[in-house]
Amino acid sequence: MSEQSPKERRIILKHTDDPAYSNRISSYLGVGGYENLKKAFGMKPEEVAEEVLKSGVRGRGGAGFPAGMKWKFLDRKSGKPIYLICNADESEPGTFKDRQIMYKDPHQLIEGMMIAAYAIGAKQAFIYIRAEFHEGARILNRAIDEAKAGGYCGENILGSEYSCDLVVHRGAGAYICGEETGLIESLEGKRPNPRIKPPYFPAVLGLYQCPTIVNNVETLCNVRHIVEMGGEEFSKIGKPNNTGTRIWCVSGQVMKPGYYEFECGALTLGQMIFDVCGGLRPGRTLKAVIPGGSSAKVLRADERFSGSLKDGTAFDWGLEDIPLDFDGPMAAGSMSGSGGIIVMDDTVDIVEAMANINAFYAHESCGQCTPCREGSLWMRKITQRMCSGGAREEDADLLLSVANQIEGRTICAFGEAAAWPTQSFVTKFKDDFIKKATDSQEERNPKSLQLI
Amino acid sequence: MISPSKDELVTITLNGVEVEVPNGINAVEAAALHGHEVPHYCYHPKLSVAGNCRMCLVEMGTPMRDRATGEAILEEDGRAKIGWVPKPVIGCATNVSEGMHLRTESDLVNECREGIMEFLLVNHPLDCPICDQAGECRLQEFATDYGRGYSRYVERKNVKPKRTRLGPRVTLDDERCILCSRCIRFSQEVAKDDVLGFVDRGSFSTLTCFPGKELSNNYSLNTVDICPVGALTSTDFRFKMRVWFLKETNSICSESSAGCNTTVSSREGIIQRITPRRNDLVNDTWMTDSGRELYKSVRAENRILRPSAGGKDLPLKDAISQVVDSLSGKRIAVVASCHSTVEEQVLTKRLIDSTNARTFLRGHFGEDDGILLSADRSPNLRGALVTGLIDQYPEDNLNSLNDALSRGEFDAVFVMNEDLVASGINEENLQNVTVVYLGTHSNSSSKHADVILPGLSVFEKGGSFINRSFIIQAFDKSVPGPAGLQSQVTVLAEIIKHLSEEDGTPSELDDIWGLVNNLEGSVLSSLLYSEVKKAVVQLDGSAWSHLNFVEQSALHYPPAMLAAK
Ligand SMILES: Cc1cc2nc3c(=O)[nH]c(=O)nc-3n(C[C@H](O)[C@H](O)[C@H](O)COP(=O)(O)O)c2cc1C
Ligand code: SF4
Ligand code: SF4
Ligand code: FES
Repeated sequence: MSEQSPKERRIILKHTDDPAYSNRISSYLGVGGYENLKKAFGMKPEEVAEEVLKSGVRGRGGAGFPAGMKWKFLDRKSGKPIYLICNADESEPGTFKDRQIMYKDPHQLIEGMMIAAYAIGAKQAFIYIRAEFHEGARILNRAIDEAKAGGYCGENILGSEYSCDLVVHRGAGAYICGEETGLIESLEGKRPNPRIKPPYFPAVLGLYQCPTIVNNVETLCNVRHIVEMGGEEFSKIGKPNNTGTRIWCVSGQVMKPGYYEFECGALTLGQMIFDVCGGLRPGRTLKAVIPGGSSAKVLRADERFSGSLKDGTAFDWGLEDIPLDFDGPMAAGSMSGSGGIIVMDDTVDIVEAMANINAFYAHESCGQCTPCREGSLWMRKITQRMCSGGAREEDADLLLSVANQIEGRTICAFGEAAAWPTQSFVTKFKDDFIKKATDSQEERNPKSLQLI
Repeated sequence: MISPSKDELVTITLNGVEVEVPNGINAVEAAALHGHEVPHYCYHPKLSVAGNCRMCLVEMGTPMRDRATGEAILEEDGRAKIGWVPKPVIGCATNVSEGMHLRTESDLVNECREGIMEFLLVNHPLDCPICDQAGECRLQEFATDYGRGYSRYVERKNVKPKRTRLGPRVTLDDERCILCSRCIRFSQEVAKDDVLGFVDRGSFSTLTCFPGKELSNNYSLNTVDICPVGALTSTDFRFKMRVWFLKETNSICSESSAGCNTTVSSREGIIQRITPRRNDLVNDTWMTDSGRELYKSVRAENRILRPSAGGKDLPLKDAISQVVDSLSGKRIAVVASCHSTVEEQVLTKRLIDSTNARTFLRGHFGEDDGILLSADRSPNLRGALVTGLIDQYPEDNLNSLNDALSRGEFDAVFVMNEDLVASGINEENLQNVTVVYLGTHSNSSSKHADVILPGLSVFEKGGSFINRSFIIQAFDKSVPGPAGLQSQVTVLAEIIKHLSEEDGTPSELDDIWGLVNNLEGSVLSSLLYSEVKKAVVQLDGSAWSHLNFVEQSALHYPPAMLAAK
């Protein structure tokens, strides 16, 4: 459990860490649970969807695409059933927010999902939960049973004509199961090989080739609050184009790692690290920060970021000045991704960190498409060798070139997720990579390696 | 997938030049129509699109439209402004539409291809010197075009199984596999025998058979053909021959009435393998495994290599004189064959007419597999109908001949190809008649024959067959026949010449077609042999539509092109 910071604005995590609050329906009903479902059912589905559009809420799963807009892309003409899937595969390194919601406040997610299902006219809804979350699946299943018993889910919801079953599906134990089309394949019982887009856009040809909406856990929870406040009111939280709150997951070498919910743009990266998280360990200095999960490009502590924002305002930031919302990290050349902030101080060996990240992507690539499959393992092998005394000066450029050959040429965004860390680490910390080579040469002193 | 009508033409701009292409075809095909090869591995025109190899990356743009008004946005010079997709797109999954711009030749495209080639080779064993695919390998070909020429890879290569037996006829080398999934898609979509899949992930992904299953269906060798690299190999052909030594001849499979188009590959007169040849109206790019085995009969033990009479070898000329002597003026039964070519059937018919003989013909029927092995296990039953040898649908036996022989209606039986006893002829009935056998392999007919005339196998002669859809297809001679043997048409022409008063029975295929063209009212009469040799010719089979053909589902096997219509 993270200690709540006084400046937080907790909407999604409002009750989660209250010792008196449990994940049972009684607790949820006690804080006004399922009242918004009733409110939504008093509206037309299109009206609910309209509120979500107005709210401007952007997806919390990584790409930050406006949820209301995504729902509009649904192919309603096909006459095929529509499916709603909650992406609860949370496996981006550095991310641990969805888990808090599901373990501690599952009914909030169920309510959000049933409202979303009603709004898009879903025939059936799924929660695709990361395989390792055994307990989470158990909690969700119990919560769904409770919700069904209360008439909040399943047959004739709230006594209406509308029925929508909700099923928990345990994931297949791979990061790529979180990519929405890989997830859909996996849910269909196959290998989670992401699909080519075009033509397989989920909103048109998704689960079982039917129109499908995939949204992240946090995104769907927000839907409940949008109905409560109204889209207009919700959009006033945070900043324009960056509405609502975000749950940031801070890990790495800070005094108080944890999850913190803030209004978008309410604080800067520096405030997050030094105020909210209690700063670095004594005597350490900041070296680098990955702002949005391991896939996001790394930011160097002494970098400067300048340019102009979408609305035209010029900015000139140090790392600590980057506002924590969607657009801030983006403007700094990285992204807020899934909200996983990974902090590295001066004790971190950058090449080792790179090797660690590369090992992850080489292990998790589904192996379907050539650049990602071969490139991710190649990068892993290079950095592993570099960390085992075999670094060469030319490795930095080679790594960069391999990453450049992956980016933008793959089936799914995993390619970028694997390439961006390398591209940014190597460009921004080239000296560290070169130094590895010089050090390696000393280590490789032939005398010390002689057999005796 | 949505597939718009492919009949209408659209104008696209391909590498800066405006060209017309059928609407909705993909960029790989569109570029190919205008002479630009887009290298590809996973895309196969007869399989679903997987889009995994990324070799076909191209640049694509479409005319920009104003979001609000929907009107086209124009450049200053009045031409449509093109919105180029910022990233390269895969050509195999990009369907052309009016006004689309494509660049298949550009710096970015070349850079993509070079990148993919490098990636495909980093963990590849580079064992071309011992690889069967060498010489017909897409990896080798595109490595020549887009390879770096040196390796930047200093790490250890992945190790994978080198010789996995996937089934009785297919052996897999996983290290060479580029994971294109063609073989998996073929098994699912065409053979309908879903037994292949990948295990493990990332670069360690490995093709394998599902536990407890094997790749043993009768189409398994097609996976070897479509494997773009040397991963899937034919256990029969493996390590036998370098492909650049092979002479390739266009042929037609004689296994059944499907009439699959094939390529017969031989070296120094010995056939090494048979592979399918693309024909979108007949067999797409597939054929059966069993059809590929047929070449083995050419050098089988029971092959008849010399003419003989009464158990003694004799020159062909003398054997023919004996045949003429024993047939002339006799009551003759001719057992014609639906394994004969159209040309042989024309001459058989001539022999029958000139000797007032009676015709018997046996059909060969079996199970219909719904794909390319049809219930009619002979290549040319339709030929027998078209050439007028028969007008009834045959039975799968020669019982009527047996009855006639019992009643003593004949003095002599002239048999082409058929095995008389296996076709229901009582051996006793053969005691009192003269039997002449013209065939390639010994069987009960040759055992009872007074005179044996050897013939050439389908690989050793040219001719044509009419398949189950009444498509007439010609094939060439692939290898020379055994020393001293003549083709069946030569032998038949010789016999006819001596038996009848008629002159000028030709023995050259072109000349026989002269006869064919004179057949009045025949569906063949307006055809030229040169036409048949060049193209697929669809005959009008309506005159026989009342017959109860044994081919059921396979009669209507829809090649992908027809199915799409
Ligand atoms: C490699 C990869 C892994 C992903 N993993 C997750 C994940 O674990 N959870 C998640 O919500 N989204 C994940 N995504 C993003 C999803 O594809 C999808 O965009 C998201 O679920 C949509 O929900 P949202 O619009 O509510 O953000 C991943 C994307 C990629 C490319
Ligand atoms: S980019 Fe990687 S993870 Fe995505 S489909 Fe290709 S191989 Fe699989
Ligand atoms: S074995 Fe051949 S056809 Fe099959 S996936 Fe590998 S490379 Fe492709
Ligand atoms: S041919 Fe297009 S991706 Fe393989």
